[in-house]
Amino acid sequence: MGFKLFSFKGGVHPPDNKHFTENKPIEKANVPSLVYIPLQQHIGAPCEPLVKPGDHVKLGQMIGQQRGFVSSPVHASVSGIVKSVTPMRTPQGSKVMTVVIENDGLDTLDESVKPKDIDNLSIQDMRRAILDAGIVGLGGAAFPTHVKLSPPAEKEIDCVILNGAECEPYLTADHRLMIEEPDKIVSGLKVIMKVLDAKIGYIAIEDNKPEAISAMEKAVSNESNIQVVTLKTKYPQGSEKQLIQALTGRQVPSGGLPADVGVEVNNVATAAKIYEALETGMPLIERVVTVSGQGIREPKNLKVRIGTLFSDLIEQCGGFSCEPSKIIAGGPMTGIAQHSLEVPVIKSIAGILVLSPEETKDEEVWPCIRCGKCIEVCPINLMPLSISAYSLKGDFDTCREYNALDCIECGCCSYICPSKRPLVQSIVVAKNEIIAKEKSNNSNKDR
Amino acid sequence: MNNTYTVSSSPHITSNESVSRIMLDVIIALIPAAIAAVYFFGWRSALVIVVSVISSVAAEAIYQKLMKKPVTIKDLSAVVTGILLAYNLPPTIPLWIVVIGAVIAIVLVKQIFGGIGQNFMNPALAARAILLAAWPVEMTDWQSPVIDGVSAATSSATSSATIDGVSSATSGATPLAILKSGGVWAELPPLWDVFIGKIGGCIGEISALALLLGAAYLLFRRVISWRIPITYIATVGLLTWVFGNDGLFTGHGLYHIFSGGLILGAFFMATDYPTSPVTPKGQIIMGIGCGIITTVIRLAGGYPGGVSYSILIMNVATPLIERYTRPRIYGEVRGNA
Repeated sequence: MGFKLFSFKGGVHPPDNKHFTENKPIEKANVPSLVYIPLQQHIGAPCEPLVKPGDHVKLGQMIGQQRGFVSSPVHASVSGIVKSVTPMRTPQGSKVMTVVIENDGLDTLDESVKPKDIDNLSIQDMRRAILDAGIVGLGGAAFPTHVKLSPPAEKEIDCVILNGAECEPYLTADHRLMIEEPDKIVSGLKVIMKVLDAKIGYIAIEDNKPEAISAMEKAVSNESNIQVVTLKTKYPQGSEKQLIQALTGRQVPSGGLPADVGVEVNNVATAAKIYEALETGMPLIERVVTVSGQGIREPKNLKVRIGTLFSDLIEQCGGFSCEPSKIIAGGPMTGIAQHSLEVPVIKSIAGILVLSPEETKDEEVWPCIRCGKCIEVCPINLMPLSISAYSLKGDFDTCREYNALDCIECGCCSYICPSKRPLVQSIVVAKNEIIAKEKSNNSNKDR
Repeated sequence: MNNTYTVSSSPHITSNESVSRIMLDVIIALIPAAIAAVYFFGWRSALVIVVSVISSVAAEAIYQKLMKKPVTIKDLSAVVTGILLAYNLPPTIPLWIVVIGAVIAIVLVKQIFGGIGQNFMNPALAARAILLAAWPVEMTDWQSPVIDGVSAATSSATSSATIDGVSSATSGATPLAILKSGGVWAELPPLWDVFIGKIGGCIGEISALALLLGAAYLLFRRVISWRIPITYIATVGLLTWVFGNDGLFTGHGLYHIFSGGLILGAFFMATDYPTSPVTPKGQIIMGIGCGIITTVIRLAGGYPGGVSYSILIMNVATPLIERYTRPRIYGEVRGNA
């Protein structure tokens, strides 16, 4: 298995630009005097606040309780006093109720933070502990992990994939974690496999991270049912559907979930957090963030308390080295451009990029010349040029016929387009319109 | 930190691909054929190419100025159209016809339909078809290769081949014409001459060797895919081998491949982005369709332009082909998509 490189159809090869931070060990970021903790950092319903201004909170204390099954609680990432609970903009762009805590600098541990007896926990208790720890997918989607670990009974999961592809350029948070804490990742994977009763575990890593591959291989050397697999370095190798296809040859049916083909995929950082949550009882209150780009003076991999402002981290990395053109939350292919640095790090943020004008190249948009490169690179085999053209005309029904809803928004089409057309943007517009229309149709039917 | 930052949708980085780079690649790929043309036909062919390029670019710029549209000549697409138009003209063509051809290609076929990417027919080929109808004599005045000044003598009676088997008034039978009348090997110029381009014909079509060099570059640069040209050429080769002579399986497939405008058409014209299918399956249908029509015109038809007309016909079928060849998507559920 070690000789063959696993891959998928389509994709692009952007310069990976990992050299800025790939050799920089994870450093602890300064803990700020104020943290801003949004009550929705995940896919799903926002949390109910459990605290009010003036309350004392301790490190690891739950301050927002999940509402409904697809939701995830949030916790205090410092100890101190709640200053306010107020709507604030998150890096995702929307305004969310946010708990602002003034740090007392003591890191007084909450009583609920207690090690669990991993070996004697029931599967139910494990799921509960993962839910209570507020663990969500750390790869970027922030989907609540306990939901992923509760597939419908009729779906048998035979294979768990840990995603260490980290195919987004610049980002090295997972890379460093695999080098520095491989055992935690493997222990986390074993917990996931136990909860899902899966027989095989894969840890999938792109071949541009040989150090991570050898660290992980060493960590699994005594595990008979866990394998480290090397993937071809190609974007979006770390996309769930592409990863599943590359490793198992299975295709998740259109509109379906990985569980439909007996697979669950989790990020390596998520696995490490699962282990931490059980081993120490500490909920998800910090994560590794890569601060990188040509526009930052000292790029770093930082272990950051959730709720730390982007501006604090940029300052810790020496500030700007040039007039930046874009600040990105996440990677350059799918990340979100920020208009302000006064936004907090939330659970889904794996990177903060300060890009120079040279890196972002603001280019003129030309008409489509129908070269078909977007079709060639689309990992889903869509026809981005057609969906985009119909979307621009407002013909969203035809967009739907062209399977716009299957778009994974990886951005390969926009990246490769010689005419520099914002293809994925117009496809996302079409998706939103289609979904909105569907919702209104359904509610009409209900009446 | 009172900077302002650009906020836009992802992705935030782009590749180095550009329209002008693609066009430049096509121009580079067309250079060997131009060298071959000058070598075999003399400097007049270079003059035709230059006049064609200048008038194409000027036509685009003037039209866009008059229509108060942004002038887009820096995308180099008009240069490509100019070169391809010249390549489809005989070297003796009067220069004023070249200018008219360029105006037809750029204004009538390309700009009126919305400019780059919007034309539904290949501009150079559509212009050639119109010129052929308007000035049939000038458009088929084939010149023999002038290599060494004596080539006409060395290649004897078969000194000129035309784009698709029509001989001019001034020369004898062409390879394709001979093939059509029964294929006596002795009367044909050696296949090697046909391959390197020591034959009569349009400026850019004669040297299969030079064109294949350029084609290899385009394939290497991934500007074009193999699908259209290879299926096109294979179809012509196969069908002319099977049906190209009195008995089945006795035709001269290789001759048909290397004479006329097939190599130029297959690699440089049938692959034209706006007028050929973008879907992989559609490209194969395009290639096979062009091959069948070309063969039918060559073997059963009596007029020039087998390659040109087959490509033009498939151009107009392109939207239809695309509609029925949408690729199967990842995880597509049958009967549900």
